[in-house]
Amino acid sequence: MSEVTYLEAIREALFEEMDRDPNVFCLGEDIGRYGGAFKVTDGLLERFGEQRVIDTPISETGIVGAAAGAAHMGMRPVVEMQFIDFIANAYDMLTNYVATARYRAFLPCPMVVRGPSGGYVRGGPFHSQNPEAGFVHTPGLKVVYPATAEDAKGLLKAAIRDDDCVLFFEHKYLYRRIKAELPPGDHVVPIGKARVAREGRDVSVITYAATVWKALEAAEQVEREDGLSVEVVDLRTLSPLDDDAIQATVRKTNRALIVHEDTRTGGLAGEITARINEQSFAWLDAPVLRVTAHDVPLPYAPSLEDFVLPQTGDIVHALRTLAAY
Amino acid sequence: MARRSRGLGSGGTDIAKAVRSRQFPASAPHPGLSSAQLLELYYWMRLTRTLEERLVALYRQTKVVGGLFRSLGQEADSVGSAYALERGDVLSPLIRNLGSMLVKGATPVEILRQYMAKGDSPTRGRELNIHFGDTERGFIGQISPLGDMVPVMAGVTLSFKMRRERRVGLVYVGDGATSTGAFHEGINFAAVQRCPLVVIVENNGYAYSTPTARQTAAARFVDKAIGYGIPGEQADGNDVLAVYDVTRRAVDGARNGEGVTLIELMTYRRKGHAEHDNQSYVPEGEIERWERENDPIGRYVARLTGDFGFSPGDVTAIDERVRDEVDVATDLAERSAPPQPLDALVGVYADPPADKPLWYRPTGEAAVVSHERPEGWGTYSASAAERAR
Repeated sequence: MSEVTYLEAIREALFEEMDRDPNVFCLGEDIGRYGGAFKVTDGLLERFGEQRVIDTPISETGIVGAAAGAAHMGMRPVVEMQFIDFIANAYDMLTNYVATARYRAFLPCPMVVRGPSGGYVRGGPFHSQNPEAGFVHTPGLKVVYPATAEDAKGLLKAAIRDDDCVLFFEHKYLYRRIKAELPPGDHVVPIGKARVAREGRDVSVITYAATVWKALEAAEQVEREDGLSVEVVDLRTLSPLDDDAIQATVRKTNRALIVHEDTRTGGLAGEITARINEQSFAWLDAPVLRVTAHDVPLPYAPSLEDFVLPQTGDIVHALRTLAAY
Repeated sequence: MARRSRGLGSGGTDIAKAVRSRQFPASAPHPGLSSAQLLELYYWMRLTRTLEERLVALYRQTKVVGGLFRSLGQEADSVGSAYALERGDVLSPLIRNLGSMLVKGATPVEILRQYMAKGDSPTRGRELNIHFGDTERGFIGQISPLGDMVPVMAGVTLSFKMRRERRVGLVYVGDGATSTGAFHEGINFAAVQRCPLVVIVENNGYAYSTPTARQTAAARFVDKAIGYGIPGEQADGNDVLAVYDVTRRAVDGARNGEGVTLIELMTYRRKGHAEHDNQSYVPEGEIERWERENDPIGRYVARLTGDFGFSPGDVTAIDERVRDEVDVATDLAERSAPPQPLDALVGVYADPPADKPLWYRPTGEAAVVSHERPEGWGTYSASAAERAR
């Protein structure tokens, strides 16, 4: 079996789920004839036809609302945001309508909203965002953000089968940069379970998406140069958070660094820190530290973007600080 | 002629002119309507009004937990339009479409329990007033952000189209909601996809306190249809037969694959946005004039006993039946208990089915373990649904 990219893994999941369940359909801007801005949905239209692969007007509220209505009636829509930055245009529909539907009105909303997210690609303020925190804050939504091709496929299949709305963030930096040989057969990764990406004894890095790879690089560097054994936990699902995995790694290494590409204030690292504080304070040998983006809109110029976003060197620096505490 | 209407009944439209001159075109009943159905239309309008009057009494006794929203003077537009749907069709009401929901099978006891936040209310105390739905009976509850139900109903009807079901959707918006992005995105999406959807704009003159002249520069809301490439029609919203007729034609068209129709129903909101609203912004005499000259129930009773040859006794028999039904429902609803506090943590997700109380709250078991639609919900029964049809 040959290796596939993170992007191809997502496409495989879409093909397999549409094959498996006639209620699954895709809708979004330029996803059909053009195959999507990043070509994630390339080939879907030819295979499944215009009824199930719908090119829509530029209407994020309209698309997400229509997906919700179809989901109420038993369909399983998969919505593409051309860039995840545009999900803000559907914020009302997702938070006020979709997220509350089951709770307030017994209305199931089995739907997925997926799209290219994240920076390190010189995309500027509106093609680089990581808007997960606002949705993790919203009861009624689930949020996943895979870091590997295996998880991209397995989590998307789980998201499509989930009976509630799942926001599926895809990191566009990873689309064509990473590859993996995928497990054969019906590969489904359960929502809500983190993964230990690297075993270690001295310090834990808790992270997700593209910064998983930066954390792994940093871990190798400090092992090589400092003899430190670093554990890297890839959260994979951001809502619901895998509390057991977070507390287990903290209790194992007694030092925790949280890394995310999203901005600092109100970012997920704050929530994770609070949970460690509440549940594992007695195990800590050092304060929980964060490496995140600076609190600015993401700028375009390489020198600016590189400064704003967390880099491998930042993680190395923070790991050494924690180890020496 | 003034291009912009200032308040209601002073606009430049034919219907507004008819209202001013008190010369209503006498719409003939739709040929498909039987005598029994003509009386049934009256029943639903009377039930709507009597039930709301009962809610006012309960509100004044502080038994209604939140606000109370009236559809006084708009009963014909709700009832006439919903009555044009078939049983398998789906509508999404607005806050002044109690009548539409009743026609679709919502029951008075459900409405009363919902307003009084009872544990056996249709939303188990999670939502207010008439914010509830039932896809089996064919109505989907609204949310407060206006316009949002248009995209949702575009999706509901998209699913009908995808599955080749001959079902139709109907969504109501007010004059105010036409200003939202969601309205535009939803109706445009549905028009492009040729979804079997009817969009009714209820022009009742005010969005909370804001008159239509401050909502739009368009002379008529129905003119917006041109921009979406769909047919539009304006009708007298206080003539239940005209409402039925215009909606029925749009519904038939949608069912036959002709896509979306926009209907503007001219009506008037005689009460405030909610019961607390003193309507200080309404020109003096406007409400009284509509009440005196253009009450939808009064107009229809005149036609029933005039053109259609029913006796006054036929009408009062319905009034009495409605009063009895509302009395029984009130007694039943008042006996219901409030929800158990821990029930608040059930049913945000299918999985996990419930959340745990925070550590500083006592633990315990929720009264409901899964958030499914309650068994025996409301007083819905097949016979009630039969009556609705």
